[in-house]
Amino acid sequence: MEALRRPGTIAFFALLAVAAVLPMALGQTKFPQWLEVAIGGLLTGVLYSLVALGLVLIFKASGVFNFAQGAMVLFAALTLVRLAEKMPLALAILATLLVMVAMAWLIERLVLRPLVNQEGIVLFMATLGVAYFLDGFGQAVWGSDIYTLHVGMPKEPKIILEGTFEGGVLVDMEDLVAAIIAAALVAALTLFFQKTGTGRALRAVADDHQAAQSIGIPLNRIWVIVWSVAGLVALVAGIVWGSKLGVQFSLSQVALKALPVVILGGFTSIPGAIVGGLLIGLGEKLSEVYIGPFFGGGIEAWFGYVLALAFLLFRPEGLFGEKIIDRV
Amino acid sequence: MIYRETGQFKTTYASDQQLFPILQDRVFVIGALAFAFAVVPFIASDYMFRAILTPFLILSLAALGLNILVGYCGQVSLGTGGFMAVGAYAAYNLAVRVPQLDLLVIFVLAGLCAAAVGLVFGIPSLRIKGFYLAVATLAAQFFIDWAFARIAWFTNDTPSGSVSAPPLEILGYAIQGPQRKYLLVLAIVSLAALAARNLTRGAIGRAWMATRDMDVAAEVIGIRPLTAKLSAFAVSSFFVGVSGALWAFVYLGSWEPLAFDVNRSFQLLFMVIIGGLGSILGSFLGAAFIVILPLVLNQLPTMLGIPLSTAMISDIEFMVFGALIVFFLIVEPRGLARLWAIGKEKLRLWPFPH
Repeated sequence: MEALRRPGTIAFFALLAVAAVLPMALGQTKFPQWLEVAIGGLLTGVLYSLVALGLVLIFKASGVFNFAQGAMVLFAALTLVRLAEKMPLALAILATLLVMVAMAWLIERLVLRPLVNQEGIVLFMATLGVAYFLDGFGQAVWGSDIYTLHVGMPKEPKIILEGTFEGGVLVDMEDLVAAIIAAALVAALTLFFQKTGTGRALRAVADDHQAAQSIGIPLNRIWVIVWSVAGLVALVAGIVWGSKLGVQFSLSQVALKALPVVILGGFTSIPGAIVGGLLIGLGEKLSEVYIGPFFGGGIEAWFGYVLALAFLLFRPEGLFGEKIIDRV
Repeated sequence: MIYRETGQFKTTYASDQQLFPILQDRVFVIGALAFAFAVVPFIASDYMFRAILTPFLILSLAALGLNILVGYCGQVSLGTGGFMAVGAYAAYNLAVRVPQLDLLVIFVLAGLCAAAVGLVFGIPSLRIKGFYLAVATLAAQFFIDWAFARIAWFTNDTPSGSVSAPPLEILGYAIQGPQRKYLLVLAIVSLAALAARNLTRGAIGRAWMATRDMDVAAEVIGIRPLTAKLSAFAVSSFFVGVSGALWAFVYLGSWEPLAFDVNRSFQLLFMVIIGGLGSILGSFLGAAFIVILPLVLNQLPTMLGIPLSTAMISDIEFMVFGALIVFFLIVEPRGLARLWAIGKEKLRLWPFPH
């Protein structure tokens, strides 16, 4: 929270807030429409933060920037949707979970263990290789069609607040349910990290690998656990995104959307992933709807990144990230 | 036995500081260049030129640029595809709007445009480091992607979004056919490699390497981080821009912004990592590996007689690609250039074991 008190951060957010409400101030739009866009943006942001959560978890515990998170989301969604064709949904989810745990074990054994103590860029490249491998493997095994995922998410948009605003505000119910699921997941994860022994061990490993190992925490098992949890998060993200977009190859590109979220929130912070997601989602939608038309549209592709970049110039470690200390 | 330096005494400072002080190295490099310039144009097939040699040379130029930034200066950049695009579209605009300019001048000017853009997007590097910088350069990549797709002036208002290069001509001499294109690219890349080698041997190269190793300590001893980092971005983007212009004009002929998307950036980063960070030879080795691998993977199932659908072949390509990258990183994280150096060291002792 100390982050929020620094003058640079406050100035940045003040600027953002002014920019956000500018369209209304200039009379370009009315509050209900603005609210619609804003709510849509916030909800999309929650979906981004679901993917970012997996990234943050792995970076916290093993110091690896897992570029394969997007591929894991796609793989989890593919496995689930194909297994669900053959067995009831609940069983399919359980089976997919087991598959993700097995995958986590394999990654730890084949990729992380031989690369212990290598530089960050080498580990990043290794996860890039894992991403390519998972992409190819998932499609080779499960096929490359577009699959629809039916998990019972509501599909019709709903109009709320009809009494307060004329015509009401249009809200996508699917996104709302996804946001609730994400909130539940974050609450569960927070409980896990704060209250259980394994969670404490994970936090110890995130703090200092060597110290944790010296007091007897088995690093390899911890890494398998972390990657499994990240796999679970990827599964949830895969369910939510797959139900929304259909399970197809472009799902793995969602990881590229989650990067600015992680930057904004800080690489090592779970609340940062959530807040960052909300901000990026909000910023993207608002900019696309109100600034986009001046530039021919399509601003969404880079606005999130530019926003994160601008924030980095004020605060290089992100909103809630650990301050970068360089030893000379 | 073959690689010994015995008997090679240097009597002047100039001979001691030369590019290849060992005679065997000189012979090998000059021999290889002579072979590439004089023999290959006559013995290689059209397919070799079009599919292997020309793309290998152009991409190794881009990998060279990226290696200067990532390997020598330590600034991770994922926006290389965008800088290639800047070079390509700058060259296109110059060729279309100022047709009097000679092709080589166009390439140099395109490189300078890319260097300017690289300089601008390199400014965050003064404040941000490591992965954060990588993601910041992704911002550059996506912004440049969008700019060339949406701003009609860059593509000369073509309705389809894809542009074509005019026929190539240098000083009245037409560059048609795979041999001449190959020779043009070879000449440019050789000069660029020489320039890069000399840059990295000089004061600016040492400043880059100091910034890469311990940037705070470098600043303490008087190396200005602004000069070092921004010059790395500028020089790297110059090489990458020229390679982008070559890629568009010589290899593709006509292209759209997708030719320079984020996958291209990752491909170049793979080349640099697998080839070896901080090594000129490494850029070439990495480029050769990445160019030849998909071709081999494509031909292998047919050669082994296993019937596979094209979708399956492409999936297996992805899998093998990813697996090989991980394998390389485990076996030799310092890349193919390190393996080459180990080979040379063994050659010094051969046939003796120690």
